[in-house]
Amino acid sequence: MIRQEFRILRVDVSTGKGKIVLLGGRNEVAGGSGLAAMLYGRYGLPDKPWDDAAQPLIFAIGPLTGYFPLMSKMVCSFKSNYHNEYTESHAGGRAALSLRFTDLDALVIVGRAKKLSCLAIGTQALELKDASFLRGMDAEGSGKLIRKMFRDGGGHRSIMRIGPAGEGRLAMASINVDTYRHFGRMGGGAVMGAKNIKGILIHGDCDFPVPAGKAYSALYKDIYGKVTSTEMMRKYHNLGTPVNLAGLNDIASLPWNNLQRTADPAIASITGERFADETLLRNGACSGCPVGCIHIGFFREKMAVDNRYHYHQVAYDYEPIFAAGTMLGVTNTFDVLRILEAMEKAGLDAMSAGVALAWATEATARGLIAAKETVLPLAFGDAQAYLQAASHLGSGTTDFYKLLGQGTLRAAAVYGGSEFACVLGQEMAGYATGELFFAAQTLGFRHSHLDTGAYSYDQKNSDKDVHKAVDFLIADEPGRAFLTSMVGCLFARAVYTEEQLAECLAVIGFTGLAGSIPAASEHIRRLRWQVRAATGFSPENFSIPKRFYQVTTWKGPVDGGYMDSLKAEYGRKILELIGTVGITDSGPEKE
Amino acid sequence: MIADTSLPNKPEAPKMKQLTTPRLDQCIGCQSCALACARLVYKKLSWHTAGIRIHSAGGLSTGFVANRCLACDPAPCAEACPTGAFSSRRGGGVIVKADLCIRCGKCLAACPVEGICRDTLGNVYVCLHCGRCVDFCPQNCLEMVAVAGDAEGAA
Ligand code: SF4
Ligand code: SF4
Ligand code: SF4
Repeated sequence: MIRQEFRILRVDVSTGKGKIVLLGGRNEVAGGSGLAAMLYGRYGLPDKPWDDAAQPLIFAIGPLTGYFPLMSKMVCSFKSNYHNEYTESHAGGRAALSLRFTDLDALVIVGRAKKLSCLAIGTQALELKDASFLRGMDAEGSGKLIRKMFRDGGGHRSIMRIGPAGEGRLAMASINVDTYRHFGRMGGGAVMGAKNIKGILIHGDCDFPVPAGKAYSALYKDIYGKVTSTEMMRKYHNLGTPVNLAGLNDIASLPWNNLQRTADPAIASITGERFADETLLRNGACSGCPVGCIHIGFFREKMAVDNRYHYHQVAYDYEPIFAAGTMLGVTNTFDVLRILEAMEKAGLDAMSAGVALAWATEATARGLIAAKETVLPLAFGDAQAYLQAASHLGSGTTDFYKLLGQGTLRAAAVYGGSEFACVLGQEMAGYATGELFFAAQTLGFRHSHLDTGAYSYDQKNSDKDVHKAVDFLIADEPGRAFLTSMVGCLFARAVYTEEQLAECLAVIGFTGLAGSIPAASEHIRRLRWQVRAATGFSPENFSIPKRFYQVTTWKGPVDGGYMDSLKAEYGRKILELIGTVGITDSGPEKE
Repeated sequence: MIADTSLPNKPEAPKMKQLTTPRLDQCIGCQSCALACARLVYKKLSWHTAGIRIHSAGGLSTGFVANRCLACDPAPCAEACPTGAFSSRRGGGVIVKADLCIRCGKCLAACPVEGICRDTLGNVYVCLHCGRCVDFCPQNCLEMVAVAGDAEGAA
């Protein structure tokens, strides 16, 4: 329903009781990213550790969710066990529309359940059920059983769950959303695990009147036309994000073998085309998105000498392919899917897990770790070994894997080899595009490549103007923060310009916000950094490992001095932003 | 008050076509069709109270099914309706007069294919075979087809 106030459900899973809270602040924080930061400011404990039972796990959607195409994402925010600072992760699937149709702007989970449990919420439901029998179960199997535990509304609900990695509270644990999407980065799965919550089911089935008059439907139709017909969206629809594999390899920006190289002729067997031709089974979409960028591949296994096969479905995208493919020197499309499935089942963030295993492989080659630590010897290109290593990592079967699951740098602190750990705040995203990306990702908010436009800037600019580059980041960020407050898919940012968003907000009745987008965008950007700073952020907390100084891209060898200056200047600008914001006053709760 | 669902069936509206889902195996589960029906026919933001409802069939690995009216002729739901709110439509399916509906749910029980949906207040939603959802399916799953043997529809 279109209301200016935020309607929040705060559930304390230690008691199983919830509370509906109405909060102001719409015109200042909009929703999504901004709302999540505001809620952490209100409910978070910045000084307490990430796994303190009272820390909130926040899920937020935006004012346009469900009202327009591609407003199909959800923001999850929490204090991360990766760096013990506030962070955000984004996912699609059915989660956003399910929350919309539960008539909520956000779900805030606090407390720790007495037993491993599943939480179900709906328009007329709030239930916490014992799920001890799901302990240790993989994300796929858990999804199936959670569907059975709650029977109402089958086929139309969102189910988020964790695997063994989340139960083990690994910093690399993701939250699986509706099988094919994830809150991947920064260990959201561990926060769910720390709350003893195995699954969250959202059953949204209410409905709202659309605004009177024809304007809303006409605008919807107009935007629907744009997102289904522009060339820009066609890329996501056709080969999907893996189309970038060959392109980035061509400009020497694709990490290979733990970033020992940025290009390799072996790309020919692992391009977007190869995945589509060999493995693509079908496409999928997030609810509310006609683009349908989800690419689901298959592999089959022969299970007996007679012709007996079974098959598996695994979603693939550019970055999981980088992580389980090129970074590990694995160049067979089906092998990549096999490794991704093992990570998926364990409930690991694929990027973190792939980059961590790439480091472990190089550390093995250099004699820093032995086969007894990794259980089996790791070697670039050995898909079978990675398949097993991924499940050891997810389940923390040895002390080595337990440590590695807490982050590559933590393992490197014990075993050595931090200089070749590909960690930029968190295990790197798959864009070795150059100095600005490395510097920006190191300080990035959620350690996604889409956090800033740095990867794109690197591909277009070869000059080394520190101020021009950092000014670009600073100028670009408010627009991104506003779109992630809507919470629109960032793939649609060419369609959802500021003018377009203003029109969308106005037509459904958020006229105040529509008229104050620049101010709100700036406020949200600053608020997010300030909330992060309250949990201990400082640019000094993060450094760039030596490996990134040895990279060569299309522009030639990385210029270390330039990169250091970029990081210093970006850090200085962020501190400036942090120093100049006041915490949003969302007013008193109305309960 | 339930929506005036009789609107798209004014005399000038094409009566003799049916919504079909010949290519639902191409469905990606985007919900655009259900959102379009709810928005354009029922004036609601909903993925549920609509003439077509897309569900996954046992998890997202097994594809999608569409719950919708199959345009039975005669229509069991119309026969079951005790107040005449549902009446049979020429060419199959039903014409709905919302102001005659007493929300008894007999139509739901009579429909063999879960073609009718009911909201929490008891209001019923059924496909009127108007075709407005068709243009919003990016996968070309849906199609309006003329009813065979009908003078107007089968040119
Ligand atoms: S609603 Fe059901 S019973 Fe009625 S005509 Fe449609 S399919 Fe047949
Ligand atoms: S044909 Fe008309 S009534 Fe039926 S589902 Fe499509 S839009 Fe709704
Ligand atoms: S619009 Fe088409 S692809 Fe999307 S859910 Fe409906 S039938 Fe499926």
